Amino acid sequence: MEFFLQQLFSGLAFGGVYACMALAVVMIYQATDHLNFAQGEMAMFSTYIAFTLLSHGVPYWWTFLLAMAISFLGGVFIERVIVRPVEGTSVLNEVIVFIGLLTIFNSLAGWIWEYTIKPFPSPFPKDPLFGNKFVGTHDLGVIGVTLLVLFGVFLFFRFTPIGLAMRAAAQDPASARLVGIRVGWMLALGWGLAAAIGAVAGIMVAPIVFLEPNMMGSILLYGFAGALLGGITNPAGAVFGGFAVGVLETLIGAYVPFIGSELKLTVALLLIIAVLVFRPSGLFGRVVVKRV
Amino acid sequence: MDVQSNAKQRDFALLASGAKLSSLQWGGIAIAIGIGLIVPLMVSDYRTFQFTLVLSYAMAVLGLNILTGFNGQFSLGHSAFYAIGAYTAAIMMDQWEIAYYWTLPAAGVVCLVAGFLFGLPALRLEGLYLALATFALSIATPPLLKYDHLSKWTGGVQGVVITKPDAPFGLQISQDNWLYYFTFVVLLVLYFCAWNLLRGRTGRALKAIRDNPIAARAMGINTSLYKSLTFGVSALYTGVAGALGAIAIQFVAPDSFTFFLSVAILVGMVIGGIGSIPGSIFGGIVIVFVPNVAEQISKAAPWAVYGTLLILCMYFMPLGIWGFIRMGYARFTRRRKAS
Amino acid sequence: MALLEVSKLEAFYGQTQVLRGLDFSLEEGGITTILGANGAGKTTTLRALCGMVRTRGEVSFAGAKISGSATESIVRHGIAHVPEGRGTFVRLSTEENLRLGAYTRKDPQAVGEDLDRVFQYFPRLKERRHQQAGTLSGGEQQMLAVGRALMMHPRLMLLDEPSFGLAPNLTEELFDILGAINKERKVSMLVVEQNASLALAIADHAYLLETGRIVISGTAREIERDETVRKAYLGY
Repeated sequence: MEFFLQQLFSGLAFGGVYACMALAVVMIYQATDHLNFAQGEMAMFSTYIAFTLLSHGVPYWWTFLLAMAISFLGGVFIERVIVRPVEGTSVLNEVIVFIGLLTIFNSLAGWIWEYTIKPFPSPFPKDPLFGNKFVGTHDLGVIGVTLLVLFGVFLFFRFTPIGLAMRAAAQDPASARLVGIRVGWMLALGWGLAAAIGAVAGIMVAPIVFLEPNMMGSILLYGFAGALLGGITNPAGAVFGGFAVGVLETLIGAYVPFIGSELKLTVALLLIIAVLVFRPSGLFGRVVVKRV
Repeated sequence: MDVQSNAKQRDFALLASGAKLSSLQWGGIAIAIGIGLIVPLMVSDYRTFQFTLVLSYAMAVLGLNILTGFNGQFSLGHSAFYAIGAYTAAIMMDQWEIAYYWTLPAAGVVCLVAGFLFGLPALRLEGLYLALATFALSIATPPLLKYDHLSKWTGGVQGVVITKPDAPFGLQISQDNWLYYFTFVVLLVLYFCAWNLLRGRTGRALKAIRDNPIAARAMGINTSLYKSLTFGVSALYTGVAGALGAIAIQFVAPDSFTFFLSVAILVGMVIGGIGSIPGSIFGGIVIVFVPNVAEQISKAAPWAVYGTLLILCMYFMPLGIWGFIRMGYARFTRRRKAS
Repeated sequence: MALLEVSKLEAFYGQTQVLRGLDFSLEEGGITTILGANGAGKTTTLRALCGMVRTRGEVSFAGAKISGSATESIVRHGIAHVPEGRGTFVRLSTEENLRLGAYTRKDPQAVGEDLDRVFQYFPRLKERRHQQAGTLSGGEQQMLAVGRALMMHPRLMLLDEPSFGLAPNLTEELFDILGAINKERKVSMLVVEQNASLALAIADHAYLLETGRIVISGTAREIERDETVRKAYLGY
């Protein structure tokens, strides 16, 4: 029982990270019908930026906010300058640009900060809360922070005029223009927000998996799996999917002996293929009918 | 009816579609083959080894081109098939002591089947979702290769070492040179087969499926069968390339076959020219020699260069080097005709 | 100075030319209707005014040149377009749709007042304010579209076939409300309609479009009274 709870909470912590990546991916997907394959590397880069700020003595939570802000601006810049020229051309062209971004971020990080694995500090105390044996404080902290951020994003979209405008622009750009919404900038904002959320994911997971340029590859994959499972057209579903994948992969890794920790990515692959083939709209997404 | 002008029109259509080659094109091919044959005799063994890799990657790029360029199925997962081909060759040579030349058809068949099997669920996936599924395939491959329970065959994290074959019949040429010529011949055979396949009815069916799958089906093309088979053939080409690459490098290990290998093959296809057979050779050259140059700046630089090249290509040269050459040639001939 | 001045307006869908040089103007305060058969270019005219299609020629609104600008900039001059198909955000609620109409406005007090006014004109929308817009009936969605346009506090409202798909009694109700809006809120209107009699009943001026050209123009009363025009072009 004790083991189960430990695994459960560890899974929820990872789930929070995956949920952030899933939400970032879905936000951009909703607005553009594209999957940003570079989301993971962007998040990793943001984490390195946070690392640099920390090593210059900036207090942790200021670093956290600064890294989010810088990532936001970076996301806006990338959409306006790098992605815009290929927006609306073929899927091939756009995905290729995303892959290009992926490699550039990955190699830039390796270039600037080298490939040695670095430890990343956690802001949460080391001793388990109330001396409990089930969940480490960092894991609890991750769950808390990610839930807070996700809730904040929800409030933003639900209750602010800009959030409303972004939703409108994503759902129906032509009608959005008719009420004066600058759809292009809404897209850029969406990218910025997605980048900021990705930064949160990276900063939260780095203390667990250690900071190195390739740390977000598999995490992005789990994020995709979560988004697909929850429903790639439904942000709330994607968040749920992220948490579900986190718990699933941790429990499966712990309880199914031949999978262990090595084949978890294979499980993610199979999950992705299964969802795409049998239920592409996921658990909570809308079924999109293609008009011929 | 003017019989001569009818024949001329037919000729032009065949030339334009690549089904028939003009004398200029045959001349170009002859020169290219000539260069290919002479090169190893003039450069060091290490350079020859690099050129062998160029040929191997060129075949891998051609494999991807068959699937993505000609048939429109977007794959980010070809590192998996390259790996399967490489490991097939390695395991056969290391564990079962089978001669290197038998590993090629074996790698080909294994990958044909693997590609076909992956192509089956992929039938239901379009563009972006197929990219996602193949992306996942790429990322999931290295851990699978490192997996403990399979390590008695795959060598686990450490991989498998292969011995380089000697030239047969006691010929007095170096191992690197021999391997180069062996690879070269295989490449010529595979390229000829690909050209033949793609210029006939099969090629037209593949392109029809790429451009308008619904119309293709309405015309009676069995799109499901063609798409799965194309996946298989594409995997076959990349798998044979992987086997040849493994034999040249004499070593396979899981971390050589990460997602970044898929990116490299993709870069080769994009820069060489999507949907271009000769372009894949340029692709091979880019894959091998860009890191050569870029690594002098930093270990990380080659990938930054790849990424930048990908993006710049999409902005300015979406048809790749070969497309650029063709356009330049077309403009040149137009100007000559005008004058 | 007229509110809207259009000079040699041409419009294209790709290579196909649909409008072949329109010249007309709109005075502030009135309701003008554009009539014509299917395919005459009525909808394209409204789209061209809003920069939604490729155009040539000059359009100016309240003295400012708007031709060649992006849609989102044009509407910020004070033009609200109720498009064909209504353009409601079907996954957002009724109230969210209305609030989006006020997106560019910076006067929250006045926005609140306008919202109340919209609910007064369209009580059914008030009942359904939190309902998802896609679940509203056709008539209610049309009211929502008009309401959203009103929330923009526009000087000019463009309406593209407001009667489309509506039951006759609903259509009459809607047109009565349009007339009321025009008089009470001083919103000029340009109404594209196939239902000529309905449109002429509330309009001051009318233009008749045929294959991309204006063939007849005049006051609504003149056109209504002209039997040959009615029989030849308007079918009654």
